[in-house]
Amino acid sequence: MSVHREQTQTSASLEANFAEVVPALKPKEAIDEANRCLFCYDAPCIKACPTSIDIPSFIKKIATGNLLGSARTIMEANPVGASCARVCPTEELCEGACVLNHASKPIMIGLLQRHATDWAIKNRQVLFQPGEKNGKRVAIVGGGPAGLSAARELARLGYAVTVFEAREKAGGLNTYGIVSFRLPQEISLWEVQQVEKLGVGIRTNTKVGIDVQPQELLEQYDSVLLAVGMGEVPRLNIEGEELDGVLDAISLVEETKTRPLPDRMFGKKVLVIGAGNTAIDAATSSKRLGAGQVQILYRRTEKEMTCYQFEYEFAKQDGVEFRWLVAPTRIIGENGKVTGLELMRMELGEPDAKGRRKPVPVPDSQFTVETDFVVKAIGQTRHVPLIEAFGLQHHNGIVAVESGTYRTSDPRVYAAGDVIFGGGGTDAMVVDAANHGVRAAQAIHAALSEQRQTV
Amino acid sequence: MADLRINLAGIESPNPFWLASAPPTNSGYQVQRAFEAGWGGAVWKTLGEPIINVTSRFAALHYGGQRVMGFNNIELITDRPLEENLREMEETKRLYPKHTLIASLMVEHKREAWHEIVKQVEAVGVDGLELNFGCPHGMAERGMGSAVGQHPDLIRQQVEWVKEVAETPVIVKLTPNITDIRYTARAASEGGADAISMINTINSLMGVDLDSWLPIPHVDGKGAHGGYCGPAVKPIALNMVAECARDPHVGIPISGIGGISTWQDAVEFLLMGASGVQVCTAAMHHGFRIVEDMIDGLNNYLDQRGIASVMDIVGKAVHTYSDWGNLNLNYKIVARIHEETCINCNKCHIACEDTSHQCIDIVRDERTGKEKLVVREEDCVGCNLCSIVCPVEGTIEMVEIPTGEPPLTWNQRQAALAAGKSCGIESES
Repeated sequence: MSVHREQTQTSASLEANFAEVVPALKPKEAIDEANRCLFCYDAPCIKACPTSIDIPSFIKKIATGNLLGSARTIMEANPVGASCARVCPTEELCEGACVLNHASKPIMIGLLQRHATDWAIKNRQVLFQPGEKNGKRVAIVGGGPAGLSAARELARLGYAVTVFEAREKAGGLNTYGIVSFRLPQEISLWEVQQVEKLGVGIRTNTKVGIDVQPQELLEQYDSVLLAVGMGEVPRLNIEGEELDGVLDAISLVEETKTRPLPDRMFGKKVLVIGAGNTAIDAATSSKRLGAGQVQILYRRTEKEMTCYQFEYEFAKQDGVEFRWLVAPTRIIGENGKVTGLELMRMELGEPDAKGRRKPVPVPDSQFTVETDFVVKAIGQTRHVPLIEAFGLQHHNGIVAVESGTYRTSDPRVYAAGDVIFGGGGTDAMVVDAANHGVRAAQAIHAALSEQRQTV
Repeated sequence: MADLRINLAGIESPNPFWLASAPPTNSGYQVQRAFEAGWGGAVWKTLGEPIINVTSRFAALHYGGQRVMGFNNIELITDRPLEENLREMEETKRLYPKHTLIASLMVEHKREAWHEIVKQVEAVGVDGLELNFGCPHGMAERGMGSAVGQHPDLIRQQVEWVKEVAETPVIVKLTPNITDIRYTARAASEGGADAISMINTINSLMGVDLDSWLPIPHVDGKGAHGGYCGPAVKPIALNMVAECARDPHVGIPISGIGGISTWQDAVEFLLMGASGVQVCTAAMHHGFRIVEDMIDGLNNYLDQRGIASVMDIVGKAVHTYSDWGNLNLNYKIVARIHEETCINCNKCHIACEDTSHQCIDIVRDERTGKEKLVVREEDCVGCNLCSIVCPVEGTIEMVEIPTGEPPLTWNQRQAALAAGKSCGIESES
């Protein structure tokens, strides 16, 4: 398979490799599936959704041909609902809660959500109207799922909203960080457009802390929402990290979101370090970029991996190989280019605070494998300098917020999304970020309305 | 956002969706919950001399995996004291002054009885009256409900009595258990009714239990015919609405009832002449919250077509509904099968072969070795059967074939023949 791929790989077939892998529902399929929904009262699927989308209602609307209403029901609750239709771990959320799990099989809620939102995208629908201007201004730092969701909500409530986005385009993770074969960029950009059409100003290529100072935002706006996501992949801090051929997973995925696709991996060997969802994305992307052999290296075992089960299965189907209980100790290179990686065998020791057994090096177990690329996928750094520039209380880069209001230690500043997520045992999901954004917007509105009344 | 307000014979409502007089409108608690959910109006469960109900009462027809295609019941009018109903109606109207509240009434064939109840309900502030001349079970044996609704004279007389004292608009609810509903609709109109509503339920026996050999439902070993409703009755109701809407002797607004489950059903009734619709079974199946999609779907439908008000579509399709004798004999359609989406279930072939005109052939494609279905268009009579049985939407298309002949109806043809003209018309052999 890999040999075949190597020989026949062309730029055109690379494009095909990055086309969406999960097919959309066919029209009849969508109707059949919608009619299968029981329209439960007080449905468990709604409760299992962080943004509490009225799922039975949007499905009923598909069944009655009211696709506009269906899309609006979805996007009303979740401003990045089109992306979530593709990236949510539905079997752990809505579909996992579906009552039909006990009677037949769960409704394909994710695919139905995609069916309705795709209709809205294809038919160029503008789903919401801006609210009557109330004279208040809110600055949002970061144009990812949390920031966009908050911006959408605030614009509908009549606020003048400006989003400061460091990159060329808004959408954050959805635009740059999720592989195209799961989430095509145009879906995320449509969601950005929906927000822009409400009159929200999105200042791209603008880094807060560099191009604009936190102090300026605090002076010019009634409230500030900090919704910056995560930073870069941290350094491994081993020898050889500067060699050509050492990549980080985030940049690798990002590169596959821009065209033309690079061809430098054709037939090459790739080692991915880490076993979270980003590692899987990097590995499957490498495979789809034409790599001959892709291996994921993880210092624990299959049981401790943090990626979703379906991601793991998907990677295996893509031909990605997994090596457990190994950790990198040195990157080897020739003429400035990666040629191999030195690894050390590990074994599982005592459980740590979270109950995960800690990997312990096996003495004198070093060995070397040949490779052309080493891809780092060992987590992401946090935007600590920016958080400190705002003077906010935080814990290792996780901003402390008041429960329910998302208010930080500075009462003018709120925070949502990745910047407040972490420390727990669960994954930060797009749908959670969207929920944070919407709730933070409501909290800002509540606070600013109260302020206006007391003035 | 389209204007969804309706005006039915002077009765105004925030939207066309009313709950029909039935179990869902039995109490103030229920009607107030319905108004909260978005229903524009409610016809309170029929008032009259409170009766004694039986158990069990409901049964349903499930078909092909779909639940509640049809529904029937042997429940009667209200079994709660009149004073209690009146008190709750007054309270409901006070709490929801903009919603439409209609009193459904059924009393014995006495002028005084009608006068008295009309005065009582109007005193609590209802927006209109609906005379229940439709219930087919229980009350009919006592000379009320459909026993009245089957006699134009009785309808006319009782409507006249009501109109003597009524200050709010009077709607007459008709029974479908009759040969031609236009006669009773005309009688209601002649009696002075401001509107008619249709249909009430149809006589039905839902089923027989295969083990016990008892009717479904049964009351201690015996059953009785129930009133049939739900999605299954929609075509019957729609025809009756359309027949009355196009009858110049009826000439009064119509409130459409019968199997309306979605906004699409409602649009059909509105287009065929109803100024509003009443819903029951769908609410019983799914709860009051289904009205949210009904309102949203109707609004989006109107917005997408640039129609400002729902009243603008009322009756817009009535002129397209006529008699068989007015149909163009020279109009021809044939079936065309789209091979690219055909899944080769061959249901169209066997339907045509066994039960229609034997014009769909299974042909072996020499190139691919696969079978495909081909319509011999010269033999196709355009009956639609193949496209009806085809499970893939759009795969069998009925396309118009220009015949080159000018339009000619049966009535025109007979008139021409009677006038001794040939004009290319050949008499049937």
